[in-house]
Amino acid sequence: MVCTDNIDFTIPLQPAADRRMIKFVLMVNRQGQTRLSRYYHSVELSRRAALEADVVRYCLSRKKDQCSFVEYKDFKVVYRQYAALYIVVGITDSENELSIYELVHNFVEVLDKYFSRVSVYFSLQSELDIMFNLDRVHIILDEMIQNGHIVETNKSRILAPLTAIDKMVES
Amino acid sequence: MSDVVEKTLTALPSLLSLDSHPGSAKLSSTSKLGNLIRGITELTSKHEEEKLIQHELLAIKEQVSSPNTTMMKELMVRSIYCEMLGYEASFSYIHAIKLAQQGTVLEKRVGYLAVSLFLNESHELLLLLVNTVLKDLQSTNLIEVCMALTVVSQMFPKDMIPAILPLVEEKLNHPKEIIRRKAVLALYKFYLIAPNQVQHIHNKFRKALCDKDPGVMTASLHIYLQMIQENPDAYKDLTPSFVTILKQVVGGKLPMDFNYHTVPAPWLQIQLLRILALLGKNDQSTSEVMYEVLDESLRRAEMNHNITYAILYECVKCIYTIHPKSDLLEKAAKCIGNFVLSPKINLKYLGLKALTYVVQQDPKLALQHQMTIIECLDHPDLIIKRETLELLFRITNAQNVTVIVEKMLEFLCISEDDHTTIDLVGKVAELAEKYPLKYNEWFIETMNTVFSLGGDMMQPDIPNSFLKLLSEGFDSVEEDRKLKLFAVNSYVPLLRGEPGKLPQRFLQVISWVLGEYSHLREDLEPAEVLSLLAKLLDMKNSSSETKSWVLMAMTKLCKGGTDASVTQEVSETYSSSLDTVLRQRAHELQYLSQDPELRARVLPRGSCGNFAFVSEALAAGAAPYKPPHQRQEELDQSKALSLEPYGLSLPISMSSCSITDRQSPTLLSMSSGLSGDTLKLDGVKRVWGREGYLAQREPVEEAAQVEVPSPIQSPGRQGEGDSLHSQTPTQTPTPEPEQEKQQLASSLFVGLASQSSVSLMGKSEPTPQRFRRKAKGQGPGSSFNASEQISSSLISPPSAVDNLLCNNLLDSNNASELAEQTSQLSQRLTTANGTCHTEAELTEPDTKGCNPALRRDNCVVAADPGPHDDPGRLTEVCLDSYLPAELSGLSHSEIAPLCANQSLNLSACHVQKEDSLILVVFIINSSESAIQQMLPAGEMTSHSVAVGQYSLTVKRPAVHVEVVGTVSYQLPAGTSQSLQFSYKVPLTSFIRPFVVSTEEYGTMWLSFSHDTKQNLTLINDNQEPLTATLNALKKKLQLHVVEVIGMEGIVACRLLQDLPCLMHCRVNAGWLAVWLRSPVPDLPDCLIYHCQRALQSL
Repeated sequence: MVCTDNIDFTIPLQPAADRRMIKFVLMVNRQGQTRLSRYYHSVELSRRAALEADVVRYCLSRKKDQCSFVEYKDFKVVYRQYAALYIVVGITDSENELSIYELVHNFVEVLDKYFSRVSVYFSLQSELDIMFNLDRVHIILDEMIQNGHIVETNKSRILAPLTAIDKMVES
Repeated sequence: MSDVVEKTLTALPSLLSLDSHPGSAKLSSTSKLGNLIRGITELTSKHEEEKLIQHELLAIKEQVSSPNTTMMKELMVRSIYCEMLGYEASFSYIHAIKLAQQGTVLEKRVGYLAVSLFLNESHELLLLLVNTVLKDLQSTNLIEVCMALTVVSQMFPKDMIPAILPLVEEKLNHPKEIIRRKAVLALYKFYLIAPNQVQHIHNKFRKALCDKDPGVMTASLHIYLQMIQENPDAYKDLTPSFVTILKQVVGGKLPMDFNYHTVPAPWLQIQLLRILALLGKNDQSTSEVMYEVLDESLRRAEMNHNITYAILYECVKCIYTIHPKSDLLEKAAKCIGNFVLSPKINLKYLGLKALTYVVQQDPKLALQHQMTIIECLDHPDLIIKRETLELLFRITNAQNVTVIVEKMLEFLCISEDDHTTIDLVGKVAELAEKYPLKYNEWFIETMNTVFSLGGDMMQPDIPNSFLKLLSEGFDSVEEDRKLKLFAVNSYVPLLRGEPGKLPQRFLQVISWVLGEYSHLREDLEPAEVLSLLAKLLDMKNSSSETKSWVLMAMTKLCKGGTDASVTQEVSETYSSSLDTVLRQRAHELQYLSQDPELRARVLPRGSCGNFAFVSEALAAGAAPYKPPHQRQEELDQSKALSLEPYGLSLPISMSSCSITDRQSPTLLSMSSGLSGDTLKLDGVKRVWGREGYLAQREPVEEAAQVEVPSPIQSPGRQGEGDSLHSQTPTQTPTPEPEQEKQQLASSLFVGLASQSSVSLMGKSEPTPQRFRRKAKGQGPGSSFNASEQISSSLISPPSAVDNLLCNNLLDSNNASELAEQTSQLSQRLTTANGTCHTEAELTEPDTKGCNPALRRDNCVVAADPGPHDDPGRLTEVCLDSYLPAELSGLSHSEIAPLCANQSLNLSACHVQKEDSLILVVFIINSSESAIQQMLPAGEMTSHSVAVGQYSLTVKRPAVHVEVVGTVSYQLPAGTSQSLQFSYKVPLTSFIRPFVVSTEEYGTMWLSFSHDTKQNLTLINDNQEPLTATLNALKKKLQLHVVEVIGMEGIVACRLLQDLPCLMHCRVNAGWLAVWLRSPVPDLPDCLIYHCQRALQSL
């Protein structure tokens, strides 16, 4: 059967995880310094700094009235600014940019709820919040995004494991 | 702002107390971590950072080995900092694992966190985590179980899954929702990394989907989205469940805490919409289940908030992916309108993205928003501009290609991003090559810009396919020569200028073209070309690859004699080169330049040996070439749309109804009506469109005309003679820039409009133009002459009457003679497309000069059988009895009236014989008098019937084959008359089974050059789908099923007499992927059309 051996016109299926996913989440300040980074696809440590610098430079160069979604190499970047802090999310092209844009806000609201701030988003001080509580911010993020997918968006459920830990530590 | 600061400051103490050392606010800022953080915030240079972190790493390393675990958590966070800044802290990895193993609750969590941050999924240290996970999964402390499940769903060694799988499965029944939810997510991870390991628990996924807790259900959707993506057919039965879930979510049935800004679980809605889109794609009955909920989603999401727009976007995509429903499409289109018109830039972007997605289905939508699109094209934000170009790329046709390419090139000049450049250059090249009528200066100039801008970054296939295109040439020798001459003419000045600035790839292209074709320019001395080429060799930045191209070109050019000195010098220089390839080339140059006879044999002029290997490889069974950017598009499946025509309402409007692979981004090319003329570039040709949307028009001939369009003379209308009514009478004087935009719009959106569509520009009615120019870019192998499309030969005249009729009445020679008068006419012999014959075609200017008889002939096609109401009708009924005896046993088509005048009635039918198709024409003399001199001699008495039969063969396939003939006769009064008729036969009547063995099939398959691929619907009745579908095709189309092996089947048929077409079928993801190959151009395309119809009509 010569002919069938030669025939392969199936479209190679990439894992869905690669097709529609969040590639990374970054928190950076206005000076372009990384305050948090989480990658959902493997990027070598040595390449991360350069990638972050590139992406951040690009986002920082944009004006307020410009689109919050930018293209970077073969992926898209969604960013949102909170005072001095930028939250930058790398996504694949087929992801829904606006839903990610709002996911960022949900994340911020969760952080806000946890750090008991009312209606004030991040300021310079809360950049320090992030820095002093890097582990907790990571734990919160892990409840929301796994393997590049949004796994939980319900605020109280996101915080449940962490508050449980806090309670145990206190007692 | 002061308010903010105040609040922040008052909150500060509480913040600091959150640190793991309760009440140690002060300590925190003076601790090691506090020092590090302060150090980091005060950094001013990369150098300082390095110093700080290296120092920190040393300190951590020292402390980490001391057994003081109370410090361990802090040490881990410090290590995380170092890694975050890009400094490896690999010594701490093992300690992270230890911390996860031994620490108290928070320490354990940080240990797990550090592990997930530090290690990648294949890291060997991960194995050391397995025991800890195992222990924690069995812990009585729910928090520990939770942590273990979290880390498992982030990363776990594939091989160790069996060790913990039973424990994780057990957790699916846990009373706590959070445990069940995390267990489902862990199983999702297992499914991602090792799908086989969790095959047996699919029913448990179903249980999770039906879990009473919405969180657990949501988690299970990840698994379902993934599985449905891989095999939508297996989960169709779940559609009602997903619909019900979405209905409940949209209806606000979830607890309040799932809301985000009063919108119920928006991300869950989005996830469900994605699942529904996958399930409803190409499946009418499944789609019908979801129409209601989609309508409701659209309605509910009217709140003005970003998140509702995000849902709407997903909803619109879903509506345009599933089987269409007109009122939903309308609402979705309106929705997109709101997006693109929004002043919010993020919404505008999303609107453009949605539009890019849907124009592939409905180009009319682009037309509705044309002015917005024009504005976006000039938008100051490059991202918007870029997205607009993406949209334009998808609506490109032969009429707007020049403008769109121009816009793309403009963007290329300002873009600094390499990735964008590579991508856009690829797209420009693709567009430039797709429209053969543009193969003129425009093409060469565009490609020159592509080569200059794309530089050495672009995909290597671009120069390759450009050279291939040039070398293969066209049918028309003159065109061929002209194009090559354009190329030569444009390159010579480039080389005379500053060739040092040109990219290497471009120089290679130039060298090759000059080597092959510079002889076409008579005023150019080979010696000059040689010296220009030699100059390239001396340039410092020429790569050795380029040099080798140059040397090859010189080898082709040198003739000895006067050029000898240059070549001699060059070959001497390089024959001692360190580069072996160059040395080889130099030697070749030296020998061949000295031996003209040998040179003529080795390098005969005009032979493009470089490409011979391609055809050899193809013959040897290699897969046809696809450019990488095209392959990439195919990978990007989620962007691909269903391109199958929906239902049967779409008339196939061209003879070459090619339906190529569905992933091509360029499907809109067919709107030009020119696609049939393109070169056989794999995957770019596509023909389908709703009648009217993709009106076909005479292509624009001159690029210049497109570039200076005016509202009155837009390229699409040029030469149409209808410019009178194309002018919008209501047009008020518009301000200059506005007018400019309108002009741009008219040149960009030309070819998308139909008279029914809403057009902002008051576009003229497109005159349907069914005729195409002679195929220019046909492969050199094609032996078919356009003017001899149909031959009708006489078979055994059975009676004297027949004998008389054969040569005279049904004068097919006459028909082909007429056909030769204009190429269009010859085309129409085959381009008969039953569904769209209208009077309008006749008014098309090119036919003006033709024999008026032809017009009459056309009328006849469109005419209703009115003339047959009277006596003719009666005769018709009993015409059966006149069928020649040897045909009467065979099944024949219905005897259909053809045409009539006062004296003659013509009817015809066709009879399928095993090896031929017989056209039987019945001529009824309906007059009261005898008819004489039915050429060359003969007569028919009053009310008699004469029968002629003709065997038909197809030389060039079309979906429907049309036979045109003339009956000439003389009335007793002595006046000569003639009656024209035409008769249409579907191609299927010419198809016969082709009995071959599998081996023969294999050999033939490789030797056939024309192919097409398409996914067909599978028949899902009780039988095995492949067999059922093949049997249906066999029955309907008379195909021969050669062999069925597993999920694949091979089928063969022939077009009378013996033009084979082979079909390879394979079941793939619920579709029948069909690949047709034939030595005859267009045959695969026509056949696939009939296959599609055959399956749809079941």
